[in-house]
Amino acid sequence: MSYKMHILVCGGTGCRASASHQIITRLEECLKEKNLEDEVQVIATGCFGFCEKGPIVKVMPDNTFYVQVKPDDAEEIVNEHVIKGRKVERLLYKDPEKKEAVSDSKHMGFYKKQLRIALRNCGFIDPENIEEYIAREGYSALAKCITKMKPEEVINEIKLSGLRGRGGGGFPTGLKWEFASKYQADQKYVVCNADEGDPGAFMDRSIMEGDPHSVIEAMAICGYSIGATKGLVYIRAEYPLAIQRLKTAIHQAEEFGLLGENIFGSNFSFNIELRYGAGAFVCGEETALIHSMEGHRGEPTMKPPFPAESGYLNRPTNVNNVETLANIPAIIIKGANWFNKIGTERSKGTKVFALAGKINNVGLIEVPMGTTLREVIYEIGGGIKNGKKFKAVQTGGPSGGCLTEKHLDVPIDFDNLLASGSMMGSGGMIVMDEDDCMVSVAKFYLEFTVEESCGKCTPCRIGNKRLHETLDKITQGKGTMEDLETLKNLSRVIKDTALCGLGQTSPNPVLSTIDNFYDEYLAHIKDKKCPAGQCKALLMFHIDPELCIGCGLCARNCPVDAIVGERKEPHFINTAKCIKCGACMEKCKFKAVSTR
Amino acid sequence: MTQITLAKCKVDQLVKLCEEFGNQPGELINILHKAQGLIGYLPREVQEVIARQLNIPVSKVYGVVTFYSFFSMTPKGEYPISVCMGTACYVRGAEKVLDEFKRILKVNVGETTPDGKFSLTSLRCVGACGLAPVVLIGEKVYGRVTPGEVEKILKEFE
Repeated sequence: MSYKMHILVCGGTGCRASASHQIITRLEECLKEKNLEDEVQVIATGCFGFCEKGPIVKVMPDNTFYVQVKPDDAEEIVNEHVIKGRKVERLLYKDPEKKEAVSDSKHMGFYKKQLRIALRNCGFIDPENIEEYIAREGYSALAKCITKMKPEEVINEIKLSGLRGRGGGGFPTGLKWEFASKYQADQKYVVCNADEGDPGAFMDRSIMEGDPHSVIEAMAICGYSIGATKGLVYIRAEYPLAIQRLKTAIHQAEEFGLLGENIFGSNFSFNIELRYGAGAFVCGEETALIHSMEGHRGEPTMKPPFPAESGYLNRPTNVNNVETLANIPAIIIKGANWFNKIGTERSKGTKVFALAGKINNVGLIEVPMGTTLREVIYEIGGGIKNGKKFKAVQTGGPSGGCLTEKHLDVPIDFDNLLASGSMMGSGGMIVMDEDDCMVSVAKFYLEFTVEESCGKCTPCRIGNKRLHETLDKITQGKGTMEDLETLKNLSRVIKDTALCGLGQTSPNPVLSTIDNFYDEYLAHIKDKKCPAGQCKALLMFHIDPELCIGCGLCARNCPVDAIVGERKEPHFINTAKCIKCGACMEKCKFKAVSTR
Repeated sequence: MTQITLAKCKVDQLVKLCEEFGNQPGELINILHKAQGLIGYLPREVQEVIARQLNIPVSKVYGVVTFYSFFSMTPKGEYPISVCMGTACYVRGAEKVLDEFKRILKVNVGETTPDGKFSLTSLRCVGACGLAPVVLIGEKVYGRVTPGEVEKILKEFE
């Protein structure tokens, strides 16, 4: 059956949380009422990336991009757009600067600078339908490898492409495959690391939800190149939708003979199974991940031996991250020489980032390596929320650092970020504004590391705990200048002596905030003040009697009844009762509430 | 070994579950996932049954259960509340929202109210960062939550 029109509705986790599945149901009902169900097809796709404006609905073939759609809007979309061919103006994206509606996503600031390779199919196809993937050259890379290329040729192609691991380390993928291919064993394994643990990052999840077949195809290509017949996906149990879509995709691939015995009539066989993570950040480290898959505590072990020599069940194992794998089919089809022309000298291709925090356009983006932070934050991200001032951007998650104004024009790639005192990491990018306290942010990350430390090596187990305690002391206003020295010295020792990547990088948030925001530490220690007004112990809420008109809004919103005052008279805060939640300050329309 | 007070049918189900995985110690994490789905949490007795079935020490099972944050040894409330404390939610004020839940429910993170109605946990990123800060109650997602809304949200469950 050929449809005249397709309505694509985002079915990613973010949009589903805003009732996108109800939009689909309503659209289908409305189409049915008008007897249009054979002419217009409604498809639930993967993430479009523009999560800030979700749920997203896109009408094809005219590429109309509707934002923040509600289930009740379905009827109007069908009546106006589908039947009368008139766009529903009020649901179009408004350019915040020009104040005009933009109907085609190609012309939106958010999409203009993006280049989608790993996300090429997200938001275009129904992830639960293998035929849609095949229609977009799906599985032709696998066919090309098996029927026309020798395993070493595939490895050479990947090496030539310059692709580096997207999980954080940035190790050259082709080289990793070559190592694994050199060891002989009765069984080898291909593992997909889908244990995305970086808080505030959802790149891998979106790929698995939006384009699961690209991961499956790449795993099979890897299996063919290194001589493995078994693939395992280690996925977070917290990602139910991604798990379900991967399962569906594996099942469909098996039915189509793209997984299983003698793929494409060759003597190559490949199967994929899922293994579930159970919420341990350290399991993103490959040796820890392998132990977890074997049913043990996910504790890392010393390398060597590398997994390429002795990994899962002591067999040669190649571990790649989801995004790395999603690039593979595109490289095989378009060639290494296409891929290595994108990006910078030592970082080829693109990188997916989860842009979040105090930014106007929260979402999932993919940009060529070498794009600057300024372009990402101001052009794609649309600048800082509520017109506030940019303060820092955190990259690399708990292992990364905070970059400031002076780093905004640094072209993003593995080496530049490292040289600036942060790292690429898996692609979390959190933007912070003037209201964020950098000491608290460092403390937040350390709290995470302390919780997630597996406890095996002393520097990480005890060292990070001490770092956290010292930071806590500073935010309480009890810090001394010696504490600052302790933080620096201890950080260096932990970096040098911890066993695995988690411990070796955990002091980065501390060091980078001390480097870039030294004055803020001083304010906490010497003046006992938190310039951003975040550290509760250093705060005192106060109502300016000159500005207060006595509307009583603050008192009604105070959760502990700490605000008293007569109507139309200035109000007062009972500091003994006040829990410093800031609700009054948030609600006051006259800016009468302040902190001091 | 302590006396098993778990209902016999539950014990039988656990035994069957282990058998489905061939009583393989390597399948321990998969078994624990299913067992938690079956019982709701993983108390000591459940761990003992599994250890016996797989012929491994209980300490090994306990070691794994306590290592991973997904596994819990305390029962969840009727309405489990999870406040996202991923970085994106944190910078948009999730900590204040969590504090408000703690204050109203008078429980700490990881605890359940005495009437068994609400349990409070924090989790790391559900991936709905566009809606930050995010609170999950059961399957329901609340986005862009402010501390002032917490009381109203809880009233929905009375």
